[in-house]
Amino acid sequence: MSLYVDIEKDLGGFRLSARFQAEDEVMGILGASGCGKSTTLRCIAGIMKPDRGRIVLNGKTMFDSEKKIDLPPQKRRMGLLFQNYALFPNMTVEKNLMMGLKAWEKDRTRARKAAAEMAERFCLTGLEQKRPGQLSGGQQQRVALARILLMKPELLMLDEPFSSLDGYLRWKLELELMDHLKEFGGTVLFVSHSRDEIYRICKSACVMDRGTATPVVPVKAMFEEPETMAACMLSGCKNYSAAEPENGTRVYARDWGVSLECGRPVPEGITHIGVRSHYIHILSEDMPHVTGNIIECRIERIVEDVFNMIVMAASLKSRDPSVSARLRLEMPKEQWAVHGAGGKAREGDVIRVWIDPHDILLLRG
Amino acid sequence: MDWYPLYNSLRIALISSVIVFFTGIFAACYIAKLNRVVKGVLDVILTLPMVLPPTVVGYFLLLLLGTRRPLGRWFLEQFGMRLVMTWQSGIFAAVAVSFPLMYRTARGAFESFDETLACSGQTLGLSNAYIFWHIRLPACRQGILAGVVLAFARALGEYGATSMLAGYTPGRTATISTTVYQLWRTDQEELAFKWVMVNMAISAVVLLTVNMLERKNREGRRD
Repeated sequence: MSLYVDIEKDLGGFRLSARFQAEDEVMGILGASGCGKSTTLRCIAGIMKPDRGRIVLNGKTMFDSEKKIDLPPQKRRMGLLFQNYALFPNMTVEKNLMMGLKAWEKDRTRARKAAAEMAERFCLTGLEQKRPGQLSGGQQQRVALARILLMKPELLMLDEPFSSLDGYLRWKLELELMDHLKEFGGTVLFVSHSRDEIYRICKSACVMDRGTATPVVPVKAMFEEPETMAACMLSGCKNYSAAEPENGTRVYARDWGVSLECGRPVPEGITHIGVRSHYIHILSEDMPHVTGNIIECRIERIVEDVFNMIVMAASLKSRDPSVSARLRLEMPKEQWAVHGAGGKAREGDVIRVWIDPHDILLLRG
Repeated sequence: MDWYPLYNSLRIALISSVIVFFTGIFAACYIAKLNRVVKGVLDVILTLPMVLPPTVVGYFLLLLLGTRRPLGRWFLEQFGMRLVMTWQSGIFAAVAVSFPLMYRTARGAFESFDETLACSGQTLGLSNAYIFWHIRLPACRQGILAGVVLAFARALGEYGATSMLAGYTPGRTATISTTVYQLWRTDQEELAFKWVMVNMAISAVVLLTVNMLERKNREGRRD
């Protein structure tokens, strides 16, 4: 069971170009809003038509621009969970569920029974006669997913399934969804702008930036070794500097005005470096053994977050006054109490910070 | 009092409403899919009868349907049927002036329809015809209903084009509006007033019905 996608489409402002293969697993597409993620899903589902390319699901060609094959969405048997769930407002929950069966199960009694069973599985019993407008966001999502699973899709696509929910409910539904996905067992495409969701739910993923999808890699690798600026930003990294490779294993971080050791050969074509804010450590007196990769900086702002302290600091050697050239350090409050001069460090103080060579991410524009 | 004008007015308005219901929805649906330029041109042509004086519409209709004009003559020769100066002529006039109302309100409703509903229906395997009748149309119910009612009311009140196309023949082509004018002209003010009241009553009932339907609709959807 597998999905093969290789499509291109002109989207006015930019060109959509996605090529990937997915087996029976949850594959993620991570991207900022408007990057072409949803369009990719719509092309696969057959609602939109790619300019060129091929889509093959389980050996069946769904779309092939050269062979002039373009199956209508009705014949593709692909489930697509829309961002707004797209429940039919004029139908009851039961009727909505039955819509998932209408084209596949002609026997009405059997269809009714299957819908009732699915409603029970999705904790919707008792809501059958309500209309979508009377349900909570979470219930709506359940109905939409149950409706899709009733059609026994060969591929499941989820378009930002949690974007219209908040807080605790979001988490609860995420856990529910993980169970349902495991039960489904087939190929799943999961689209999101949240790196956390992708990391928790998917096994492999690609990053989409202005229509272009990077090769699919295991999720862990994507977060530990992002290769491009866009992928790195989406993975949640907050510190960047333009960088020039120096001899061998060193780079010169232009925005911070310092030369840094990377502990590994710096490949050609590296234009930026990134450092996650948790990996910049404040040096205290009891760490004399640390010698390289030290940056002296002035604390410009200390922001208290719910569980963390966020420190914005400017390298003393930096000539760039903009905020983007500032270092952002983040640490749990307990750690701040120890390293932040006993929690007494103030804005304006000069501190020395250290970056482990292996925590420096080497990036291409 | 001769009730023929009431009967004639109602049947003209009803028949033309049914015609306008289907043609208006069809045009709205079809034109919404066209490209911008064609859409703009067709939109102007189809909406013109709404802003033109009804007598001008009547003039154009006579150019088309008159017994010595191409279409009118052809009909007369083929079916022995006159398209003007009969009660059916009133239908042509009513359709022409009320069509834009139906077309425009339906188009507005279709344009505000959430296309993802149709897309999701397609991915679920529902046929396009099923999606149209069971999802798109019910979702646009309010707009379409409003269009039908407006078209019905306009057809009922139609005077200008009707008087040119169907004229005023008591017991044959007389409608409420042409009757009111005729009675006023011939100094039968009291009778004219009665017909005015009849017209007011019908209009009030129509509007009340719409309001009730809308309220029911809202209650059905409330969360």
